[in-house]
Amino acid sequence: MAKHIVAAVAEIPPGGRKIVTVRGREIGVFNIDGTFHALINRCPHQGAVLCEGAIVSRLEAPMPGEYRLTRPGTMIRCPWHCWEFDIATGQSWCEPDDVKARSYSVSVEPGEALAKGPFKAETVAVSVEQDYVVVDV
Amino acid sequence: MIPPGAIDCDVHVTVPSVRDLLPYMEPYWREHVERRGLERENFDTSAYPPGAAINARPDWKPEKGPAGGSLPALQQHILDPLAPEFAICNVIHGAQMIFSEDLSLALCRGINNWLAAEWLDRDPRLRASIVVPPHSPDLAAEEVERLAGDKRFVQVLLLAMAEVPLGRRFMWPLYRVAEKHGLPIGVHAGSSFRHPPSAGGWGSLYLEDYVSFAQGHAGALNSLLAEGVFQKFPDLRVVLIESGVTWLPASMWRFNKTWRGVRAEVPWLNRLPADIVRERVRLTAQPFDAPPDAASLLSILDQFGSDEMLLFATDYPHWHYDEDEVLPAGLPPDLLRKITRDNPLATYPRLKQETP
Repeated sequence: MAKHIVAAVAEIPPGGRKIVTVRGREIGVFNIDGTFHALINRCPHQGAVLCEGAIVSRLEAPMPGEYRLTRPGTMIRCPWHCWEFDIATGQSWCEPDDVKARSYSVSVEPGEALAKGPFKAETVAVSVEQDYVVVDV
Repeated sequence: MIPPGAIDCDVHVTVPSVRDLLPYMEPYWREHVERRGLERENFDTSAYPPGAAINARPDWKPEKGPAGGSLPALQQHILDPLAPEFAICNVIHGAQMIFSEDLSLALCRGINNWLAAEWLDRDPRLRASIVVPPHSPDLAAEEVERLAGDKRFVQVLLLAMAEVPLGRRFMWPLYRVAEKHGLPIGVHAGSSFRHPPSAGGWGSLYLEDYVSFAQGHAGALNSLLAEGVFQKFPDLRVVLIESGVTWLPASMWRFNKTWRGVRAEVPWLNRLPADIVRERVRLTAQPFDAPPDAASLLSILDQFGSDEMLLFATDYPHWHYDEDEVLPAGLPPDLLRKITRDNPLATYPRLKQETP
């Protein structure tokens, strides 16, 4: 595992996402209300580009007819078969314990610290004035 | 072959004629029936034409009257030779199909009273399903309340195909009462014929109706699942009676698969639907619509993913097998005990309760 600088924080506003390639694999990086998350861009079902699907809420109902829209913008819906995954954990809605998308830990680091290393920034130019999104792959 | 203490979960009792119900009906409705001459009708349903060979095994046909219409015959054919601890009587009758909700209730009450007096009172091994007007859930609930104190009634009987799919909220008052009294909902093969047995329209022949009844069961189960009946009524169980069994694994797979994609449409359905089915749905084992051998039955149970779902049933007097070959020979003893006794006892809690 190594930390990879994948974007400047300003590139991914809240509700936004960026698909990056790190060590040969595509990863979707999401900003949910200022917190960053990263998922592999590959649905565990049949390999679709999961992170390019719609970002949706959790629609729940403790009982028939008791509709609740909870945690807006926290789920990703696969573009092929509409399976839903929790962006923060990669867990599927339907089978959270058995069907999961690979997730990666993400941090935000100031450019000043990054300049010292040992971070890898193959594709992102780092300046000391900005903060950066760093994914552990 | 059938171990002692078995519980026969589907025995058909036939009302010989509406005339036999008159003493068990309220005076108002007795006169109503007589004024209309309805006692001269027999209310046979085209789902079970009395002349169809499948509906009466030749050696179970009485000299007179309909098959299933005589207690001594039932004792001679099933209760004495197979020696079940209990047999659950299910009446299929036109009373469940007629449009007048009040007359439907009056006739159903007559049937239930007749069952209690002419059958349950006369043989302690008998139990019964409550017959209700299925198109009037409030009246149906009333009838269940009326009889709930009699623990010999162990189930509420519906047909798979009625006016609306069985899961609809319209039906919930009945389910609420059934759950309260520990009565499973028995969904028997059949239709009120408000709609064709095939979703594609009215067929021409008995053959296609009969085969399509399995789709009716699948539709009923899909509705119960999708509408959230199992969430709303967490203690309610459903028994699919005379449904055949082999369609279920494919249907469960299809339901699971589709649910994963559209589950937001039914957000109350918050776990794998097939797991709900395994926990809450049971099936009577006759007719068994696969080769009648142990390997086929084991294969189906493997596809169910559960050996707790099948319930022993003779389906008397219907003709699905000969002699006493109700279950395939060569089943492992533990499984045989489950199917014939443990599973029924777990399904029908009232079987374990004291009766007067």
